[in-house]
Amino acid sequence: MKALYLLIPLAPLFGALVAGLLGHAIGRGGAHRITIASVLISFIAAVVVFQDVLSGGTFNGSVYTWITSGTTRLEIGFLIDRLSATMMLVVTFVSLMVHIYTIGYMKEDPGYQRFFAYISLFTFSMLMLVMSNNFLQLFFGWEAVGLVSYLLIGFWYERPTAIYANMKAFLVNRVGDFGFLLGIALILAHVGSLDYAAVFSQANALAGQSIQLLGSQTWMLLTVICICLFIGAMGKSAQFPLHVWLPDSMEGPTPISALIHAATMVTAGIFMVARMSPLFELSDTALSVVMVIGAITALSMAVVAITQFDIKRVVAYSTLSQLGYMTAALGASAYPAAIFHLMTHAFFKAVLFLGAGSVIMAMHHEQDMRRMGGLRQYLPITYLTVLIGALANAGFPPFAGFFSKDSIIEALHASHTPGAGFAWACALAGVFFGGLYSLRLVFMTFHGHPRMDAHTRSHLHESPWVVTLPLVLLAIPSIAAGWSIGTVLFGDFFSTAIQISPQHTAMATLLHEYHGVVAMMLHGLTALPFWLALAGAVTAWYLYIVRPDLPKVIAGQFGMLYAVVERKYGFDELFSWLFAGGARVVGAGLWKAGDQTLIDGLIVNGSARVVGWSARLMRLVQTGRVYQYAFTMVFGVLLLLWWPKIRFFFGFGH
Amino acid sequence: MSSYPLLSLSIWTPIVAGLLVLATGDDRQALLARRLALLGALLGFVVTLPLYTGFDRASAAMQFVEQALWIPHFNVYYHLGVDGIAMPFILLNSFITVIVVLAGWTVIENRVALYFAAFLFLSGIMNGVFAAQDSLLFYVFFEATLIPMFIIVGVWGGPNRVYAALKFFLYTLMGSLFMLVALLYLYDHSGGSFAMADWKALPLGLEAQQWLFFAFLAAFAVKVPMWPVHTWLPDAHVEAPTGGSVVLAAIMLKLGAYGFLRFSLPVLPDASRNLAWLMIALSLVAVVYIGFVALVQLDMKKLIAYSSISHMGFVTLGFFIFNAYGVEGALIQMISHGFISAAMFLCVGVMYDRMHSRMIADYGGVVHRMPKFAAFMMLFSMANCGLPATSGFVGEFMVIMGAMQVSFWIAFLAASTLILGAAYTLWMYKRVIFGPIANDHVAALTDVNAREIVILSVLALAVLVLGVYPLPLSEIMHASVNELLRHVALSKF
Repeated sequence: MKALYLLIPLAPLFGALVAGLLGHAIGRGGAHRITIASVLISFIAAVVVFQDVLSGGTFNGSVYTWITSGTTRLEIGFLIDRLSATMMLVVTFVSLMVHIYTIGYMKEDPGYQRFFAYISLFTFSMLMLVMSNNFLQLFFGWEAVGLVSYLLIGFWYERPTAIYANMKAFLVNRVGDFGFLLGIALILAHVGSLDYAAVFSQANALAGQSIQLLGSQTWMLLTVICICLFIGAMGKSAQFPLHVWLPDSMEGPTPISALIHAATMVTAGIFMVARMSPLFELSDTALSVVMVIGAITALSMAVVAITQFDIKRVVAYSTLSQLGYMTAALGASAYPAAIFHLMTHAFFKAVLFLGAGSVIMAMHHEQDMRRMGGLRQYLPITYLTVLIGALANAGFPPFAGFFSKDSIIEALHASHTPGAGFAWACALAGVFFGGLYSLRLVFMTFHGHPRMDAHTRSHLHESPWVVTLPLVLLAIPSIAAGWSIGTVLFGDFFSTAIQISPQHTAMATLLHEYHGVVAMMLHGLTALPFWLALAGAVTAWYLYIVRPDLPKVIAGQFGMLYAVVERKYGFDELFSWLFAGGARVVGAGLWKAGDQTLIDGLIVNGSARVVGWSARLMRLVQTGRVYQYAFTMVFGVLLLLWWPKIRFFFGFGH
Repeated sequence: MSSYPLLSLSIWTPIVAGLLVLATGDDRQALLARRLALLGALLGFVVTLPLYTGFDRASAAMQFVEQALWIPHFNVYYHLGVDGIAMPFILLNSFITVIVVLAGWTVIENRVALYFAAFLFLSGIMNGVFAAQDSLLFYVFFEATLIPMFIIVGVWGGPNRVYAALKFFLYTLMGSLFMLVALLYLYDHSGGSFAMADWKALPLGLEAQQWLFFAFLAAFAVKVPMWPVHTWLPDAHVEAPTGGSVVLAAIMLKLGAYGFLRFSLPVLPDASRNLAWLMIALSLVAVVYIGFVALVQLDMKKLIAYSSISHMGFVTLGFFIFNAYGVEGALIQMISHGFISAAMFLCVGVMYDRMHSRMIADYGGVVHRMPKFAAFMMLFSMANCGLPATSGFVGEFMVIMGAMQVSFWIAFLAASTLILGAAYTLWMYKRVIFGPIANDHVAALTDVNAREIVILSVLALAVLVLGVYPLPLSEIMHASVNELLRHVALSKF
């Protein structure tokens, strides 16, 4: 079994190395064949492992020792349980679909082999992240997926917007990693190990400790650790206010928006917090922070989504909002619900992105929905799959998103963690906007009158099978994945992988109220979230089909408010002014005032100048005229002779 | 253990090779000089390999010891030996010498023999610094490094080379003089011994220790360099030829840091503990202040020079938090920085050879013409940001882990390099490599040739191997570092 575990991440790494280093030799066909084959191997192995895990097999062991220092040993190793096996399955499946899709999407791109190398490398990194049994390797994977994300956002490196976006993404993520690393350092300093098992076994002991940060104020150590770790999650999973990088990441090619910036990498933060449940469960303060941040993200980003016209950006904001739901669920101690939503979201958001990519291809790289419309008849398969994705995203039964999102809302309702009421209200309001932006996307793109120019219109056609096949294969779980709710959420599926303390009752309440898939759907039809989503959908229908002239009027009515939302609340401008600008001002100030003026100017060159001046002064005496030297000598002798009298005359000495 | 005088071989092989290279005479024999230099450098590297294979990891004692009376009147010995702290640096130095010879292969066209001889001399002398067990011998080697470097910067340097060479020379000489006074005091105080081992056991009062600490600090802080005596480094780097920058960053800076471990910590443990707060503060200033300064540099070499200072801040920080993570992390950071800074300066050199400019503003879109080069530089830039799985991560990670055991806020400030380091490195990369082709000069660029690919590949491999599997390196250090930490914890009065 251990060989199989190794095979899962190493197969894509091999594919990446071959495609990356020998891309020229093996050609385009060779590159996609070898990477797809390796990811396929990885996927099949993940299925085998998943089945093994279902029948009770778990694994926790090291592969090799990375370093030893003092009394600690830091290792690279795997923890295979139901949580990691689920993630491995999702990652390899979506990755496989995206690999196939890429053949069609990147067909004419000169960087074809490089692209395949990157997405395989990403798959490797992501698998190392989820399979880790320790914080060190988690951080390895964490940073490695960040690197690949950086490379892929800037894939089209001649575009100024792309290379700005990738640097921004990397730096914002680094802010998160900064917190994450401090959290890891705190754990190592207080536990003496970075092994999950060792750390979790000492969680209760940690909970009793406190730490002084500012003055004499003491904090619960575990709260500080959890918040530090969560800052890492905020960066990677783009939670408010570190969300600013995700919309800009849409500068990358669409397949990676689906794979990295929707289905897998951005959910790493969610996965991490779920993995750390034994720690988070012991700090209600940290859970509250997680919940409130998630709720703010869920609502505020859904609102922005209704003002965007770039089809990919709409999906990006919808991703932000859905990540907010997952985060809020973590705060409510409903970890299984968060992971369940992560899973269903991976499928339906991948469909939405890949569908959007299919539309963009058909439209000759036009992304503005105002120039689309009526595409339904030209792209029937794309239309159908995107519709499924949108309905799942909006949370309509029987689609997958309904089950996972509804569970989250119910969990927030049932939670007693401080802030739960606020989070529940945000989540509900978010459902309305979710219905609105999801269907708005469908209506603006596929319905109504075609708004593109005649030339584009004459060339419209459905994408090739390599594009539509992944769409269909992803659309199926976008419908059906939700039906497994009974097993995943209420069958004690994650068993010991996730620990929930008895006083956090949200999941228990949900279990109590659950009476099967059909009953849940029927109950859903009478519940508030369904009607809110429906209201959103109907609003979208009215605004974009019945009265397409209205949105502009409404935008005009809400002038200021609309402008604020459309500009994403101004965070981009604020951050770039404050941090990017501020850092440069500080740097220039230190350089000019500190290094150049004070140290070099005053001290270094200053002392050199003093030496120069004194030398010049001394030189005046060295005239070379004998009579002057003789005169000076006589004067000196006289001075010495008269010294006692002079001293007396000036009144010093006696 | 080998019966050959391995340490003497590692010192004198490059020096003798340097003499042979000099003997080839003027530039009509340039090719011969190059070949001889490469042979000498390779041989110099090969003779250091048994130091690694024959090293006893379980022992903290000096190994491969050689001892002979040198100046009987003053009781000075030609006394060599290495422990787990010194040995890796001899290998690193001899390795970098090969790289430097290859890097200067076609670039240097005038006074070729002198150029390569200077580097070979420098290599041998620096091995001497790491191997010396007699303080006066150490001092002689330590000071002798200035001469070849002064010549390298002064002869093959840029337009402002005289100012830079003088500044470098006087700055470091000033510091070293204080060290000489300290050495003489200790010689006198120990009853006439220059042996480092004797000084380690020498009882010393706190006040004397503190005076001596500052005297050593003057020498080593300038060399590292620590803030605020760092301003010679950017000037020296900017004016130095590529090879000079490589050796300066990869090895010479380490001499100062190494000095702390050989003198300040073992000979003056009480002063080291008492003044640790000062050293930590200066190190953190280096990390944060210099990180900001690096951000606004317009010249690539200056930027990398400032980045070096910031990274060396981690080294001094690691030493003075007195735990295994800190000291071992700092040592690994020194080795790793040897590879990464060398690679970064070589990358700038590759572009400079083609464009004759180091200014960031003169570049843009280099990737279109030099895709292979861009891939290499991406790897080294990421290593410079401390990305995991590169060697740059290991040292920083361990020092931050060690710092957290002392204080949250020390770790907090140190970890800020995660953001600052990424910001200045990637911003430079973006402006130089990415984007549309900036001008005709960039459009005319040609990608790296076979020689450059070999050099960069070897360094890339080193950076990756050390990042993925640092255990073999850290294992060498354990015994010596533990012994050092045990000793530092003891009081001497």
